[in-house]
Amino acid sequence: MLWDALTLQLGYNATLVAIGATLLGISAGVTGTFLFLRKRALVSDAISHATLPGVCLAFMVLVALGGDGRNLIGLLVGSALSAWVGLLCMNWLTRHTRLAEDAAIGAVLSVFFGFGIVLLTVIQTMGVGRQAGLEGFLLGSTAGMLWADAMIIAIGGAATLALVMIIRRPMTLVAFDAEYAAARGHVVHRIDLAMMGLVMAVTVVGLKIVGLILIVALLIIPPVAARFWTERSERVVLLAGLVGGLSGYLGAALSASTPNLPTGPIIVLVSFALFAISLLLAPVRGVLAAVLRHLSFQRRVHIRQGLLALAQGQNIYEPLTLRLLRSAGLVRADGVATEAGRARAAKALRDEKRWEIVRADQAHEATAALYDGLRDIETVLTRDQITEIDRQIGDPRGVTP
Amino acid sequence: MSGEEFVPLSLTPLLIGTFAAIACALPGNFLVLRKQALIGDAISHVVLPGIVVAFLLTGAISTWPMMLGAAGAAVVAVIMIEAIRRLGQIESGAAMGVVFTTMFAAGVLLLEQTDTSTVHLDVEHALYGNLESLIWLDAVGWASVWDIQALAGLPPELPRIALTLAGVCLFTWLFWRPLKISTFDEGFARTIGIRTGALGMALVIVAAIAAVAAFDAVGSIIVIAMFICPPAAARMMTNRLETQIAWSIVFAVISAVAGYVLAGYGPLWLGAVDAVSAAGMIATVSGLILACTAIWGPCRTRTGAPGST
Repeated sequence: MLWDALTLQLGYNATLVAIGATLLGISAGVTGTFLFLRKRALVSDAISHATLPGVCLAFMVLVALGGDGRNLIGLLVGSALSAWVGLLCMNWLTRHTRLAEDAAIGAVLSVFFGFGIVLLTVIQTMGVGRQAGLEGFLLGSTAGMLWADAMIIAIGGAATLALVMIIRRPMTLVAFDAEYAAARGHVVHRIDLAMMGLVMAVTVVGLKIVGLILIVALLIIPPVAARFWTERSERVVLLAGLVGGLSGYLGAALSASTPNLPTGPIIVLVSFALFAISLLLAPVRGVLAAVLRHLSFQRRVHIRQGLLALAQGQNIYEPLTLRLLRSAGLVRADGVATEAGRARAAKALRDEKRWEIVRADQAHEATAALYDGLRDIETVLTRDQITEIDRQIGDPRGVTP
Repeated sequence: MSGEEFVPLSLTPLLIGTFAAIACALPGNFLVLRKQALIGDAISHVVLPGIVVAFLLTGAISTWPMMLGAAGAAVVAVIMIEAIRRLGQIESGAAMGVVFTTMFAAGVLLLEQTDTSTVHLDVEHALYGNLESLIWLDAVGWASVWDIQALAGLPPELPRIALTLAGVCLFTWLFWRPLKISTFDEGFARTIGIRTGALGMALVIVAAIAAVAAFDAVGSIIVIAMFICPPAAARMMTNRLETQIAWSIVFAVISAVAGYVLAGYGPLWLGAVDAVSAAGMIATVSGLILACTAIWGPCRTRTGAPGST
C-alpha cells in the first residue's frame, strides 16, 4: 500500500497531492533557509497567521459578488494581501518603535489571527452554508484537491524558486553580514522585505496543503535540519530543498496509504523525523559525532597521563586509565608495564621534556602556543629540530626495572 | 440593560475574560522586556497535544487531567527547546519553531486519529475558546452575587482563573525585586546573588500556568494576544516598569471588556443578528490599542525619551 503510494499508483487525487506537497516542500525549504540564516525564522509564524483575515475577506467579497466563495485563486490573492499588510505592520513596528522583533511578531500574529476568527464567525452567521472549505485553511485539507489547485501550487512554487535563485546572493550577504551589505550599497531593509515577501508567497501557496499553522514547520524545520550537514550556505539551501521535498513526498504518500491520516501533520512529523536524524547522526555538528569526539579525547588524555605515571614509576589507581592501558597492551593485569608500555612511557616522558625545552625557548614561541599536553611533538617540529632539542637533553638512558 | 439579563449572561464571561487577560499580561510584561515574548505563542500551541493525550488517557473531558496534560506538554516543550538549542547550537527562535510546530502537528494527528466526535474537543475550540458559553444560569439578578446557593452554580472556570490570577500576582509581588533587576541587568543580578537561571525558568513556568488556565477558559488566541499586546502597548507609554505594569493591566481590562461588548452587541448595533467570536474580538481590540500607542504613545521611539525622535 505504502509502496503504491510512493510510486504514485494510488489514484489521481493522491498523485496530485504527492506532487504538490513535494514541490511545496522544496520551495519552502529553499526559501526558509534565508530566513533561518538571517535568524528570523519565526517571522514566518506571523506571516502565516496573518493570512487568515485575508482568506475570510476574500471569501466574503467573492460571495458578495455572487461567486462560489471557494475559488482558490481568489482566496490566495486575499491571503497574500493580508499577509503583506501584516508584514508591513511588523516591519514598521520593529523599525519605528522601540518594540523588539519578537514582540512585533507576536503582536501581528495574535491580532491578525484574532481578527480572522472574528471574520470566520461572521461568515458562519452569514448563512451561506458553503464556508466548510474555509476551516481547511487552518490545518490544510487535501481531500478535494483539483488539477487546477495543483497547477497553482506548482506554478507558484516554481516562480518562488526562480525568484530565490535570482536574489540569492544579496540575501545571503545580508544574512551573514548586514552591515557589510549596507556598505556595499545594498538597501538592507528592502532585501529583507523581498525575503519575507518570498516567504509570504510560499505560505500562501502552501495554505491548501498543510494549512496556515503548519506551513511554519515546512519553512523552519528543513533549513535547521540541513544546517547540520554542511557549513556552506549554497549547500544548506540545496539540502533544505531536498529535506523539504522529501518530507512533502513521504508525508503525502504516508497519508494517502492509510485512511484517517491528515496530510499536513504527517508532512510536519516526517520533516521532524528527518531533523531528529540530522541532529543525532550528522557528521561534525551531530550529537553522536560530538559524543564520539569527546570519548576519543578522553581516551587520549587518560592514556597520556597513564604513560607519564608509568615512566615516573608511580602507581596507577584510576580504573579507566588502567582499563585503557590494559586493552592497548601497555600494562599487565596487575598494573605493571609491559615491554611496549615501558617503551611508550619512556617516549612520552621524553616528549614532555622536549616540549619543556621548546616552551622555554623564545625562538619556538609560535610552536609552544600549540602545546596542550596531548599533541605529538613530531607533528609540529621537523626531525632536525627534534634532534637539536635532543642534543640539549642528552642521550636516552635505559629505564631501571 | 437590566441586572436580570446582565448577571447570568454577561457578568461571568466578562469577569473570566478580564481575569485571563490580566493573568497573561502580568508575566507578559517581563517576557516582552526579556525578548522572550514568543514563549507564550509556543506554549499555546503545545497545549493542544497535552490536552489530547490527557483525554486519551482518561477517556473523558475532565478539567484537572487536561490542565495537568497541558502543563506537562508546556514543560516538555520548554525542555525540548532548550535541549535542541544547546545540542544543535541553533538559535532559540528556530528551535522554538521546530518544537512547537511539531508538537502541534502531533496534537492534530492524535485528535484526528481518535474518535472525539462524541465529545466537544476539536482544534477550533482550542483556538478560539468558548467564552460566550460560560454563563451563570443560577443567577437571577444582582442579588445573586450574595446568594450562596446561586454562587455554587458559577461556571468552574471563574474560580479557577481567579485563583490563577491571584497566584500570578503573588509571584510577581514576592519576586518583584529579583525579577526587575534580572530583567534589566542579568549580569548585575548574578553578582548580587540572584539565581537568574532558576528565576527565568520560574517566570516561564508561571507564564505557562497562566496560559493553560486562560486557555481552558478562553482559547489560545487570547493567550498569545494578552501576553504581548498590552505589555507592548504599555511599553510605548512609559519608561518606568511600575507604570508600565499598571498601564498593561489597564489595557488588558479595556481589551477584555470592550472586546466582549463589541463582539456581543456590536453586530446588533450594525443590524446583524448574531454575535461574533469574543476571543477574536478581544485580540482585535488589544491590537487596536497597540496601534494607537505605537502611533501616539509618548515613549514609542527606541531612545524612549518623550519628545525625542
